[in-house]
Amino acid sequence: MTLLIRNARPYGEDAVDLLVEDGVITAIGTDLEAPEDAEVLAADDQVLLPGFVDLHTHLREPGGEESETIASGSAAAALGGYTAVFAMPNTDPVADSDVVCEHVRRRGAEVGLVDVYAVGAVTVGLEGVKMAELGTMARSRAQVRMFSDDGRCVHDPVIMRRALEYASALDVVIAQHAEDHRLTTGAQAHEGVVASRLGLAGWPATAEETIVARDCALAREAGAALHVCHVSSARTIDVLRAAKAQGVRVSAEVTPHHLLLTDARLTGYDPVNKVNPPLRTGVDTEAMRAALAEGVIDVVATDHAPHAAQYKDTEWSAAKPGMLGLQTALSVVVHTMVEPGLLDWRGVAKVMSERPAEIGNLPDHGRPIAEGEPANLALVDPEGVWTVRGDKLASRAANTPYEGMRLPATVTATILRGRVTALNGELT
Amino acid sequence: MKHLLSVTDLDAAAATGLLDTAARLKQALLGREVRKLPTLRGRTVITMFYEDSTRTRVSFEIAGKWMSADTVNVSAKGSSVSKGESLRDTALTLSAMGADCVIVRHPASGSAHRIASWADRDQETTGTHTSVVNAGDGTHEHPTQALLDAATIRERLGGIAGRRIGIVGDVLHSRVARSNVFLLATLGAEVVVVAPPTLLPVGVAEWPCRVSSVLDAELPALDAVMMLRVQAERMHGSFFPSAREYAIGYGLSADRAALLPEHAIVMHPGPMVRGMEIAPSVADAPSAAILGQVRNGVHVRMAVLYHLLAGATS
Amino acid sequence: MTDDRRGGPADAGTEQGSPARELLSAADVTRTIARIAHQIIEKVADPHGGGLGHTVLIGIPTRGTTLAARLGAAIAEFSGTTLPVGSVDATLYRDDLRRRPTRPLGATDVPDGGIDDALVVLVDDVLMSGRTVRAALDALAEHGRPRAVQLAVLVDRGHRELPIRADYVGKNVPTARDEQILVRFTEIDGVDGVSLARTIGTTGGAE
Repeated sequence: MTLLIRNARPYGEDAVDLLVEDGVITAIGTDLEAPEDAEVLAADDQVLLPGFVDLHTHLREPGGEESETIASGSAAAALGGYTAVFAMPNTDPVADSDVVCEHVRRRGAEVGLVDVYAVGAVTVGLEGVKMAELGTMARSRAQVRMFSDDGRCVHDPVIMRRALEYASALDVVIAQHAEDHRLTTGAQAHEGVVASRLGLAGWPATAEETIVARDCALAREAGAALHVCHVSSARTIDVLRAAKAQGVRVSAEVTPHHLLLTDARLTGYDPVNKVNPPLRTGVDTEAMRAALAEGVIDVVATDHAPHAAQYKDTEWSAAKPGMLGLQTALSVVVHTMVEPGLLDWRGVAKVMSERPAEIGNLPDHGRPIAEGEPANLALVDPEGVWTVRGDKLASRAANTPYEGMRLPATVTATILRGRVTALNGELT
Repeated sequence: MKHLLSVTDLDAAAATGLLDTAARLKQALLGREVRKLPTLRGRTVITMFYEDSTRTRVSFEIAGKWMSADTVNVSAKGSSVSKGESLRDTALTLSAMGADCVIVRHPASGSAHRIASWADRDQETTGTHTSVVNAGDGTHEHPTQALLDAATIRERLGGIAGRRIGIVGDVLHSRVARSNVFLLATLGAEVVVVAPPTLLPVGVAEWPCRVSSVLDAELPALDAVMMLRVQAERMHGSFFPSAREYAIGYGLSADRAALLPEHAIVMHPGPMVRGMEIAPSVADAPSAAILGQVRNGVHVRMAVLYHLLAGATS
Repeated sequence: MTDDRRGGPADAGTEQGSPARELLSAADVTRTIARIAHQIIEKVADPHGGGLGHTVLIGIPTRGTTLAARLGAAIAEFSGTTLPVGSVDATLYRDDLRRRPTRPLGATDVPDGGIDDALVVLVDDVLMSGRTVRAALDALAEHGRPRAVQLAVLVDRGHRELPIRADYVGKNVPTARDEQILVRFTEIDGVDGVSLARTIGTTGGAE
């Protein structure tokens, strides 16, 4: 299968043509000749980036198919410019075994729109009591590279320590959902002025910060790789910076919504704004942006969390937390980081593709756009503008907080191993 | 005014208007044998209470009936709600049956707002107009309680602006405290909330009131003190170590009540835990306005129904 | 007093299309009130005893209340008898509440001694359709059972829609529907006077 991309600007730099054959970039130059039978993609000076890699996605299958399936989630990912996603294990049954993990990986391959990597649970049933078979999952056909109890925190420090120690020998990474549950019992919103006024029980930032500090110390002792999911508080960044300075192998992610949205949005009690960790204040979103630019936060990860209408169209306390993210991620990153000049396109490539691929240990993704490299690419129109409509997104659910917003930058094409999976907003 | 969801929906003029209406209604009913006004005849008012409450529910029911509205009470227990019907479906069902007004009490903060937004959305498609009154949503607000408290203060002290009002107790979990702080501030009172630090919400420093943890220091300057109910279960969350210690620090004992100025009034939204936050002798003293609060509750709720339902709805 | 008898938009204060024409000056108002007071004294006086019996003046808020107080003062001056004076708000008994935004309520103050078996003289500043008086009668009935009810008004401007008539009329002023009668009393408006104006933007009213 041959694809010729004309006039694309890799990383927003000079325009070139790229020839892709059998999934590999075979030539980069100007005015390349199109081989016979080659599909031609006219890139019109748009920005070419390595295909995005999402370290944190909820595909809901098995068990939650009313909200999303591996197929619909893959579609959303491809339309969002993603070529690889990591599917979190809080499914039903929980992905705490090679069986479930292999199913997720295989189903993703069947759908074929994006490479789906199963994240395995750290503890059996996500209960935080007994370590799951990390080794078996890592060695299985699913080749699990990341483990997490996301949704829940691995709360017991002994279990977390053991998991980190065990993981260090497997060369996998433990991703922690940092939340001291005892400090967040009944919590509904960021503990601050807005929640106090709205009568919503508070989720203090200290519940995140204290677990991150603890886990960095444990990771340091174990010499293990720790990844911190969805950082939301400015205080956590200080902890991460200090830990990195000490040489701790810790990486961290931030969601697009924590770059843009604050708890000021809660005043109408619309549960589309309910998420865990919660939306915090402007001070926190500012700190997230600065930290992402600085590299203290390594990557953007969507925490794409679809919920069918019956889980969101309720009173606040009964609603499930979570927001869609795959199709809007790039636009939000452009709006919050590129437009203000905090990141250039090389920076976007780093935080949305290269560094996640590195953390997730993926050999084929997040590669340089160069001859000989696998063609996992995203073509972005930096001048594009679009209005977000939840019912038009590919996910089965429609819980996007950006409903009705006009956002910058659109994904023109997504290319998975040389094959165009999405083109001009449609799957191909 | 279509809904009454939060006291912050009312500016000073609107709040004063409601209090004036309540006072006029009280006047209109004075001395009459037949306590009935024809004004809301033909209107249907449904109370939907997901929390046990006799006093508020009965107060609303009487208010509706004295205005000649058809009032129906729905309690969450034993209705389709307990069979798992969603809050939204329950509310829209009542609206579809012809409720002009739904009065809601629910344990989730923001539930009245959500019901109002579903009702508004429904009106766009079906044209049915349903007003929503928040009778207490979780720990967020209880607007009619604050209005009747304001009416009582106005009645007993002659006015609200410039008066010093203390609100004492579990502010963190109290919707009555929130509604009162914000309404009294709108009406120009100087409010101080008094509680142990564990029962003050993070963010209270941004509220339009002072904050204190020492009750004795505040009492001598107050014109009114409002005691909040303190649930004994809070001990289990370690909000305070024991009922005894709470009463010693923050209970309005007879000795403490003596620190209040002569003209000051003592209030309580009820139900009271005598001996915990308020001494029995204080609850029954002439300075206690507690039963007055209850009486004003009916007139205030009549006024709310009048303002929501009597006039043109567009 | 409710504003439909003035004509034009209710509650919003009066909007005049042309300058108001004075119907009664301040002095005229005083004389008219005095004349009504004398008429009441004459009609109400007990032919055998000479007193005024149990007679109560009840004003319909807002300006009816002021007028009732003035009448009470005039009657006291001329007869030596001080009659009980009060007010009964008719708003809650109106038949047209749903046509306009929420109306504020007026004060209800039934004098000590009540109205049972009394002669009640209802007092209002302007009589037009009669609907306000009808509502006031309903309100009054809830407070007791008068022996009889009479009606005193400062101005009768015609256009009755119910079989209601005034027993005492200060001045009969034929008006067009789109005209407004503006009554002002010092206690409320700073000056006494009655004037006639046309509302802005009314349809179908001939000049």
